[in-house]
Amino acid sequence: MVSRADFDSPERPTWCTGCGNYGILNAVKMALTELDIAPHEILICTGIGCGSKLPHYLKVNGFHGLHGRPLPVATGARLANHGFRVMAVHGDGDGYGMGLSHFAHAARRNIGLVDLVQNNRVYGLTKGQYSPTSTPGMRTPTSPEGAIDLPVPPLALAITMGATFVARAYPGELRHFVSVLVQALQHDGYALVDVLQPCVTFNRASAYDFYNERVYKLDETDHDASDRTAAWEKALEWDERIPIGVVYRVEGQPTYEQQVPALQDGPLAPRPLTRLSADQVAALRAEVM
Amino acid sequence: MAKTDLTIRIGGAAGDGIESSGAGFCRAITRGGLYAFGLPDYYSRIRGGHNFYSVRISDQPLRSHTDPVHLLLALTEETIPRHRDSMVEGGAIVYDTALKIDADALTGDAIRYIGLAMSEVAEEKAGTSLARNTLGLGVAAGLTGFDLSALESVIRDNFARKGQKVVDGNLAAVGWGYEQGRERANDYPYRAPANPNAPARMVMDGTEAFSMGALAGGCRFASGYPMTPGSPVLHWMAAHGHEYGVVVKHTEDEIAGINMAIGAAHMGVRAIVPTSGGGFSLMVEGLGLAGITETPVVIYNAQRPGPATGLPTRDEQGDMLFMLHASQGEFPRFLLAPGTHQQAFVTGWRAFNLAETYQVPVLVLSDHYLAVAVRTLDAGDLDFDAVTIERGALLSEGELDALEEPYRRFQITPSGVSPRAIPGHPNAVWVSSSNEHDERGAITEEKAMRVAQVDKRMHKMEGMAAEIAPPARYGPEGAETTYVCWGSTYGPLREAVDRINAEQPGSASMLHYSALWPFPVEATEAALKKARRVVDVEVNATGQLARLIRTETGFVPDDQILRYDGRPFTPEYIIAHAAG
Repeated sequence: MVSRADFDSPERPTWCTGCGNYGILNAVKMALTELDIAPHEILICTGIGCGSKLPHYLKVNGFHGLHGRPLPVATGARLANHGFRVMAVHGDGDGYGMGLSHFAHAARRNIGLVDLVQNNRVYGLTKGQYSPTSTPGMRTPTSPEGAIDLPVPPLALAITMGATFVARAYPGELRHFVSVLVQALQHDGYALVDVLQPCVTFNRASAYDFYNERVYKLDETDHDASDRTAAWEKALEWDERIPIGVVYRVEGQPTYEQQVPALQDGPLAPRPLTRLSADQVAALRAEVM
Repeated sequence: MAKTDLTIRIGGAAGDGIESSGAGFCRAITRGGLYAFGLPDYYSRIRGGHNFYSVRISDQPLRSHTDPVHLLLALTEETIPRHRDSMVEGGAIVYDTALKIDADALTGDAIRYIGLAMSEVAEEKAGTSLARNTLGLGVAAGLTGFDLSALESVIRDNFARKGQKVVDGNLAAVGWGYEQGRERANDYPYRAPANPNAPARMVMDGTEAFSMGALAGGCRFASGYPMTPGSPVLHWMAAHGHEYGVVVKHTEDEIAGINMAIGAAHMGVRAIVPTSGGGFSLMVEGLGLAGITETPVVIYNAQRPGPATGLPTRDEQGDMLFMLHASQGEFPRFLLAPGTHQQAFVTGWRAFNLAETYQVPVLVLSDHYLAVAVRTLDAGDLDFDAVTIERGALLSEGELDALEEPYRRFQITPSGVSPRAIPGHPNAVWVSSSNEHDERGAITEEKAMRVAQVDKRMHKMEGMAAEIAPPARYGPEGAETTYVCWGSTYGPLREAVDRINAEQPGSASMLHYSALWPFPVEATEAALKKARRVVDVEVNATGQLARLIRTETGFVPDDQILRYDGRPFTPEYIIAHAAG
């Protein structure tokens, strides 16, 4: 049995006191423990940002790559070994800014991985610039007179692009967060978990007080997550009340890796790497004669 | 000396099927026991314009195309004025009488003009005027005394999937063309008789040679975005993926391409990213990621003239110094530049061994000329028996089981190569990071560890340097002039050297680089110290190899022949510019 202590890392997080990332770190550990997934049985691919340092702060296989690019790394890893669990963890600048196209394409491919986005609606590690999900008008070093761009609607975009699991979680509701993450990990296909991550240093206006007053749990309502139109409406709900939980879910859609002809015989990585057989060489030669 | 050496050129518009006809003809020439060298010349457009395909035919192995044309098949009006100046004395121009050709265009010189109702007969025999290509190739075979049956066998194979009716129609068209050619052959001086006694040979372009080598070398993952002339490697892998277990992902962009390959390689699968210079430009940050995470990936760049979109379907060797220096920061990399189809094959499998042995990115520099030129090869030219799969310091399951200390993915070692695990074993759980890191992979900014990790990575250069093929000399030692080149310039330059020496024995030799980094300093110094006059020959405007040689050795060539009009060298071009 896997226990939470199995994920203990000697590294101390570099996050601010009160950062939402602590809750995310705990939720990841708790969800993996609940599903009995050991540290060596999962690869967490991250980008660049405060939150992308997450795999250093728990014992787990990690690939801490480039800003905006964890989804392609995770996709490549999953295609190389679809018997292996793969997660992408990155922030909103990473996932909805620089990596927006990778996000849209990962969703439409239904590649089997969990995409957890630490959406604090601001840039932390580069010190407080506005992000793709910041509120218009937000004054930051790169928008001293107020941000003009409309925010990216990640949940609605994911649904539009064909994502089969779309959820939102909030570290202030940790047990609920864990249950959402467990469902995402159990989902067969691409699963987006957009996390309302309080940044107590650079986005105080959208920290715990803001969310505590607004979030409500979809599983305590009569929301039908299989209803795409209803999901669409919930995905865009904001300002007064903000839904958390599984917004949209469709099961039974084939994943990308299930449809790749070359993967019909099982995952690539464990196959022995051998030279071509004499028959294969003869066949290749025959093609060019 | 070759008894047979002639060039047949077929010219038409994009969409006329010029390239597939030319490639099919190369196959027929090969089946007929001769050697072919086929080269398409086409514009970046899908319809119209002027495309042509040249097939040089010889009874001896060919390594280059040449300028003179002996037989021109004109499918468009434009073809005749464009190529008439390339025609040799006694050459023939076969044209479709359906074309609106100015009578003045059909006079003069010592060229024979043969008008045939190509479209009309093609329509009648095959039900489509598209079959006039096949018909034209029949005329070429008849005129040159080549074997019709070799051409027929290729038609049967190439059109089989379109059904027996299409096969029969094309056979009828080629047969008619062949008779027309034969009836006129007495007045045509150039001959390409088939050699029924020749052993079976292969015919392929450089893309196929490289791809076959890569597959043989264990390439099991290819991710990339289409870009001429790199995408044919992606196509080849996709066509073979199901049968040989290769996952091919056409990605949203080249950034995804390199990052997916890095993800696959991290999981232990041999991965390649095929592209051209523009795509590689987008991959530059990813290259650095492979560098600092010590992930073995192979990046294949079939160069085309830049910058930006440049000349999409044409030739240049303009990316060498860019690839050598691409990405911020310093880290080891291989830069390989195969010059021939044989070298492309070997590079295909060896690149993966080098990548895994040294845990570094391997950059393969091909170019349009090498990628698309079709050559007849002897069976022994591709040596599958020589292929090895060497994975370097890859920890086995047993070694991981026996691991007693915590696993250190970036352990400091004398060679700079650290024992590598693949994620999945409980004794080897670690994070690979694009940040500087310590031996376990944890982020660090400590001075001593930074220096230790940089040194560790750079130490690999010593081992890597020993893997580099020294520049290969061809031609006599002590020659009056030594020509220096790299990559695909090998073929045209080698033939130029042969021709110069045929005129003035012992006057020319050449030095060819098929590997550029780590740079072979000592071999270069040894070779150039002995040389009398050194001329740098490159398909770019600034002489990048000459700059690299100067940077690494201080040696400056006496002269340069640089071509950057978007076309590859021919032996004639080099000789004409070699006089000075």
